[in-house]
Parts: sequence; C-alpha cells; structure tokens
Amino acid sequence: MRKIFVVVERVKGEPDETAFELAAAARCLGDVTVSAVLMGDGVTEMAAELTRWFESVHVYDDPSLAEPDGEYQARILAPLIDGEKPFATLIPHTNTGMELAPMLAVRVNAPLIADAMSVDAAEGQEIRAVRTVFSGKVQARVAASADNGAVVSVRPGAFAASETPPEAGGAVHSQSIPDGVSPRRQYVETVSPDPSAVDISQAEVLVAVGRGIEDEENLELVHALATAMGAEVACTRPVVDKKWLEKTRQVGTSGVTVKPRVYLALGISGSFQHLGGIKGDPFIAAVNTDPAAPIFSVADVGIVGDILDLIPLLEEKIRQRRG
Amino acid sequence: MEIIVCVKRVPNLSETEIEVDRDGRSLVDSDLEYDVNEWDNFAIEAAVQLKEARGARVTAITIGDEDSEDVLRRALAMGADEALHLMDTAFDGSDAWGIATALHRAIADRSFDLVLTGAISSDEARGHVGGMLAAMLDIPMVALVTSLSVDGTTATVRHEVEGGLERVTRIDLPALITVQTGLNEPRYVSIRGIRKVSGMEIPVRTAADLRLDASTVGAEAARVKVEEIFLPTRGEGAEMLDGDEESVVEALVERLQRAGGF
Repeated sequence: MRKIFVVVERVKGEPDETAFELAAAARCLGDVTVSAVLMGDGVTEMAAELTRWFESVHVYDDPSLAEPDGEYQARILAPLIDGEKPFATLIPHTNTGMELAPMLAVRVNAPLIADAMSVDAAEGQEIRAVRTVFSGKVQARVAASADNGAVVSVRPGAFAASETPPEAGGAVHSQSIPDGVSPRRQYVETVSPDPSAVDISQAEVLVAVGRGIEDEENLELVHALATAMGAEVACTRPVVDKKWLEKTRQVGTSGVTVKPRVYLALGISGSFQHLGGIKGDPFIAAVNTDPAAPIFSVADVGIVGDILDLIPLLEEKIRQRRG
Repeated sequence: MEIIVCVKRVPNLSETEIEVDRDGRSLVDSDLEYDVNEWDNFAIEAAVQLKEARGARVTAITIGDEDSEDVLRRALAMGADEALHLMDTAFDGSDAWGIATALHRAIADRSFDLVLTGAISSDEARGHVGGMLAAMLDIPMVALVTSLSVDGTTATVRHEVEGGLERVTRIDLPALITVQTGLNEPRYVSIRGIRKVSGMEIPVRTAADLRLDASTVGAEAARVKVEEIFLPTRGEGAEMLDGDEESVVEALVERLQRAGGF
C-alpha cells in the first residue's frame, strides 16, 4: 500500500478546502493510505476532526506556527518525510505552498512536480501528472520517479473533494519541531483590504476586464456597460498592476473570490490564477481577440473579437432591450 | 549591497497562433516572439531601485542560448552593473531542479545579500526555481512579494497570502525574494538604451566552468520528464458566436439576458 502525505492549510481557523481536494487527489495514486500533515497554533482539535478524512494525522501544534511560513514549514517537515518516506507528498499550489514545496523537495532530495491538475501512478514507482504550460495555452504530461518519494504541488480546485468524509478514523500523531529548527522570518502584520471599498464578492453580475482594454481611458467604456447592465466592474491582475482599478476589484487566487450568476469576461485570457477566483459555476461569456485564449475553454459563450469595437455596441443593444 | 537577479527569456504567446512541434515536446518557434519574463522585469526594476535608493551592485544572470543575451542587455540598459550568461547545450532540457542547480553553482561562490527572481515564468509556469535555489543556498526566502524595502541587513516585504490578503514580513539578509507583478513600474527600455550597453562584455559560463555535467543538469538529469505537450481542446464547452459584429453582439445580448445578466 502506498503512503501519501497531504499538507493541510488553514483559513480562518478551518482546514482549507484544498485539504479535501488533495485527499481526493491522493486516491488517484492507486492503493493508498492517506495521512494529513497539519501545522499551526492551537490546532489539536482540528487534527482530531481531520481523522474523519485521513487515515492518520501528523500535527505540529506550536505558537511559532501561528502564521504560515513555507520556509520554516519545509525545515520542520523534512525530517518527518525522510523518516516516513511517503510515496508522494501533496502540497496545495497556493502562495504558502509555493514556498514550502520547492524548499521541501530540495531538503528531502525528491523530484517536484509543480501545479498538477491531474495525477496518476499506475505502474511501479512512477508518478505522472498533467499540468499547464505557456500561459495556460498548452498542457504537458510529465512523469517522475517516486523511488525516493515525490513532492507534488496540486492546483487548488483541480480535484473535487468528496461530499462526505470517508470516516477514516485515523490516529493523531503529535509531532514536535525538530531540535535547532526555528523561524527565519519575522511576522509583522496582515494587511486587509480597505473595508469601505466595493465588495465584488457579493455581486450577482460582473463585467470583468483584462489586458485587452489596452489603455486606462478605455475603462470608461467598461464602466458605461456595467452601468447599463446594473453590474459591478471587476478585473484581472494586470489591470491592478497598472493601477487602473483598485485591488478590491481583482478576481483571482491572489484577489477576491466571486460567485456571480453571470460573468462577462472582456479581453481576459483566462489564467488559472484568475479563473481560480470564480466559484459557483456562473454563466460565463467571453470576448477576446485570441481564439486560443484559455477563457474559451471554460466559457459558455464566446466571441473572437476586439472588445474596444464590441463594448459600445453591446452597451447600446442592452440599453435598447432594457428600454 | 550585492544584488543578484535571475532572469529568463520566454516566448510571448499573448497574440500568437501556437503549434506543437513534431517531437511532441516543444512548440514550433518560427513565428514566436520572445521577451523577458514579465515577473523578472519587475525583479530587475526592484534591484535597480534599491541601487538608486541606497547603493548596490546589481548582477543579472540568465541560463539560455545565445539569443538569451537580449534579456541580459535589457537588464544592463535598465541599470544592472554586470551580467552573467550561463550558456551550454548541456543545460538544454533541464527541469526546475537543473536550473536551480546551475544558478546555485553560479551564485554560491559570489558574495551576495539579496537574490531576486520572478515568482513564476510564463512558459514553464512552475514557480519553484526560486524556492529551490533558496534551499540550495540555505537562505530564507519569501514568495510573491509586492513591496520591498531594505534597512541595514534586514528586508521588510509585503507578500500575497491566501484570500486576497497581504502579509508584512521581515527577513534578515542574505535572503531570496520571488517577485510578484505590480511591485513597481518597470522603466521603459529604449533601443538607444540597449545600444549604450552593447559594448559591455558579458562573461559566459559553461557547465564545465560550474563543475556540472549530464548527471546534474540537462535532459538526462531531469527528475521530472516531459512526456508530451498538447493543446487543450479549444472552446470546449463554449458556444462560439460567428458572423458580423452586429449579429454576434445581438446573439451575445440574447444569451446574457436569458442567463439573467441584466
């Protein structure tokens, strides 16, 4: 039986959804026994809860682990992985995971597959995965030997968590931080977005704009369209990077998670970081000049065209219908 | 202060028709345009701004064939003092581990206070070379940094964490920081700027110079092998509207209304 480790992240005192997604991913790796690894401060109760989902739970409960620090976590986990020698260690490909996974892989001398969307391990000691490359336009099938164990960072949202826990009834193993390992980073504070800013997470209809808007002045067209529809304006990261719109309007894994009924994506290529912020299976309409843009793979309806030409026409026709 | 910035030349695919080559593992590159990886551009700007604010020596490093010299010249034009080109066919086909290994060898013997990399590259999209390099150098790191200041031997950074939040963290130098886009506004690089640095010599290091061979870098040494690459089914799920502007917009409005878009 293959031993699989899943690193559990926490959000607001709860296990992050990725914990259960990665538990599902682990079960794609053949005949497996799946252990959770939980690090935090005051997380012993959470560890007990996780035994419903995992066959065992390794918990590190220490005040120094209150704030996630992937660099510190890697040095804590390396001896555990070296000792337990799991076939694969699955880590969510999140911001903290992007620190933890590469630093852990080097420390335990194991191959690292990045940002896997699917995994399997049919034969022998080989683990295989599909991931996206070239700005999401191409997919790659990759393979690595798990002779010395493999580390796999798994894309959030790529696997569906099962609805109910398998009641695995695992044991909790209390682990202590290895001697001589201490944080190298000092946490100062967490910065929240301005509470008075617009809250797109509650919007039912979003008109979202990306790089295709080309120029700050053209945003007027988008605001006018959103007004005509009674929608809120949202955007992608590059628009925020250029400071054309506020960060609180950015949809994505590093921005706001939204769950609208309708999502109109204008000049948005559809990077997974952006799509990761769209939940609840909305109706997605996309307009983009590039017929190969990944947004068309997830949209319900698409137009290949220039948004600067089409937005005014769209606004006019919507105003006509609304009377 | 010594700052090292790792940069990469990548294809710019935003408006390009792409095709998988017959080997099934690379793109047909006849029509591809190349540029510096977007994240790395912010990293160079961050290094140059630190140099301007408090004095520093900035070295840009890349791994790649002779065309990759472009991204080093560009970094020099932006204000880097020095460039280093790791060039050898032995590096071809390296995975993230191989790239980090070569960078590690090139950097480890130098004195440095800060290593900057882009958080991710648009081509391989792993986001792991920086973390691997930090582990190999055994220095602390912070990923996805959106603001950076240095005071004495301490860096204070803002970095993105889950849920759209940002965290402020202090880190003692030497350290490695992976740069997120939006950290600054990278300066414009003019043709004249590039011309000005065209005479600067860029030292080249081969695998042998770095005491590396096929067991540590290149396709053979890659721990993660690419079996094949392929294009995802295009427009899977999306109903593509064709026709003149008037009719496609009419059809789109129809569907938006039906879905409750207005």
